[in-house]
Amino acid sequence: MEATITLDVDGVRRELTVDTRTTLLDALRDRLGEYSPKKGCDHGQCGACTVLVGGRRILSCLVLAVACDGDEVTTAAGLAGGEGGPHRLARAFVEHDAFQCGYCTPGQVCSGVGVLAELEAGVPSHATAHPEGPVEASDAEIRERMSGNLCRCGAYPAIVAAVREVAR
Amino acid sequence: MKPFRYTRARDTASAVASVSEDPGARFLAGGTNLVDHLKLGVAEPDHLVDVRGALDAGVSELADGRVRVGAGVANSDLAAHPLVRARYPVLSAALSSGASGQLRNAATTGGNLLQRTRCPYFQNTTTPCNKREPGSGCGALHGHGRDNAVLGISEHCVATHPSDMAVALAALGAQVQVLTERGERGVPVSGLYRLPGDRPQYDTVLEQGDLITAVDLPALPWVRRSAYRKVRERASYAFALVSVAAALQVEEGRVAGVRLALGGVAPMPWRAHHAEEALVGRQATEEVFREAARAEFEQARPGSDNAFKVPLAVNTVGAVLRSLVEEEGA
Repeated sequence: MEATITLDVDGVRRELTVDTRTTLLDALRDRLGEYSPKKGCDHGQCGACTVLVGGRRILSCLVLAVACDGDEVTTAAGLAGGEGGPHRLARAFVEHDAFQCGYCTPGQVCSGVGVLAELEAGVPSHATAHPEGPVEASDAEIRERMSGNLCRCGAYPAIVAAVREVAR
Repeated sequence: MKPFRYTRARDTASAVASVSEDPGARFLAGGTNLVDHLKLGVAEPDHLVDVRGALDAGVSELADGRVRVGAGVANSDLAAHPLVRARYPVLSAALSSGASGQLRNAATTGGNLLQRTRCPYFQNTTTPCNKREPGSGCGALHGHGRDNAVLGISEHCVATHPSDMAVALAALGAQVQVLTERGERGVPVSGLYRLPGDRPQYDTVLEQGDLITAVDLPALPWVRRSAYRKVRERASYAFALVSVAAALQVEEGRVAGVRLALGGVAPMPWRAHHAEEALVGRQATEEVFREAARAEFEQARPGSDNAFKVPLAVNTVGAVLRSLVEEEGA
């Protein structure tokens, strides 16, 4: 069964007809040619498919494209190619050598941008000492908040450093 | 994946009407569990009714002091809400300990309650599972049993309920508001779930088309002193081996009030009534806490791979309650 939907992808309005079974990830990659969101596990366990929907980080492999009809989607490519040049976090990833093979990187960057907004808003995490307490951009906070993004090359220390630099 | 029709519900009443009249229909909210089940073949609906936009996504204080949480509130938003952080720290902490940031942004309050077990035999359609396919047997009973439940199990199913949020809600004695074709009804969180018995395919008492619309948190000032501790195999992004949600009120060194619920040990968030009863009026010491926890586990039936959960839970209950006494003294 098919449905026609509209997605705003990195500032460009795209209309497409999808099988209702299509995930947002597959719609972006296979239908719209947006290859920065990566397919890792396809079961919500690795974070490689992370994108921002309405400015919030989500897993594009676990949401149906039809459920995103009308939504604003930002991919890592959108963060890298904005008018003011690459997002500060994307630049920090390069400066800190926060990747090796690069496959998880687009998801890491999208997730990191979500983390920065969450820290800014004072949203607590499991690493926050008390739910009511202040939220600081400590290494423990960043590690906890980025735990949904796996990196098989093990670039974690540099990823934490990149997020920390932009958060401060 | 089996083809399905997708419709976006205008409001909750029409969603309930559509799903009630169609046995092949299912509600879709955040989708973090259901979309995975579609891929795995664990769920094969022929109609998905998307209620995400129709559900209340707000948190509000009711006239009598209770706090109402709309079923559409994202797990991340609930954890961060000022009322929840101030009055129900156990709930904020439980939510923050679950899943990942991305999943918490998508998952809803109602969906979190209705997520299904992560028992590997349930999620793998090539293995027997009475919950997924009634009568096929239980693969976990004599299989890999490390994650299995020890309380409330039957010979037909030994799966645990995976939610952290629900454990905190059980401890708080929260009430679930359910919209049915016959009107609204309230169900306590502890009464929402069924033990597996010989019909493990039914996780809850809800019937086809019943929709969770809100969760009401009780007006209980003393649960401000509450905590959630989750023991797992890595520090983040993993399900609980054992978790404890607790609130404690101490007066003159004795337990005046206590709420205790356990995760990772049972087919439902397990309100530890035996332990609570054993504690009221007693000295608030760690040895007393551990003794009460042992009383709760007298009915436990651990298997060969998961006997560790009993002492782990006893130790965790002792440690969490002790930390709340220390907080009280601080």
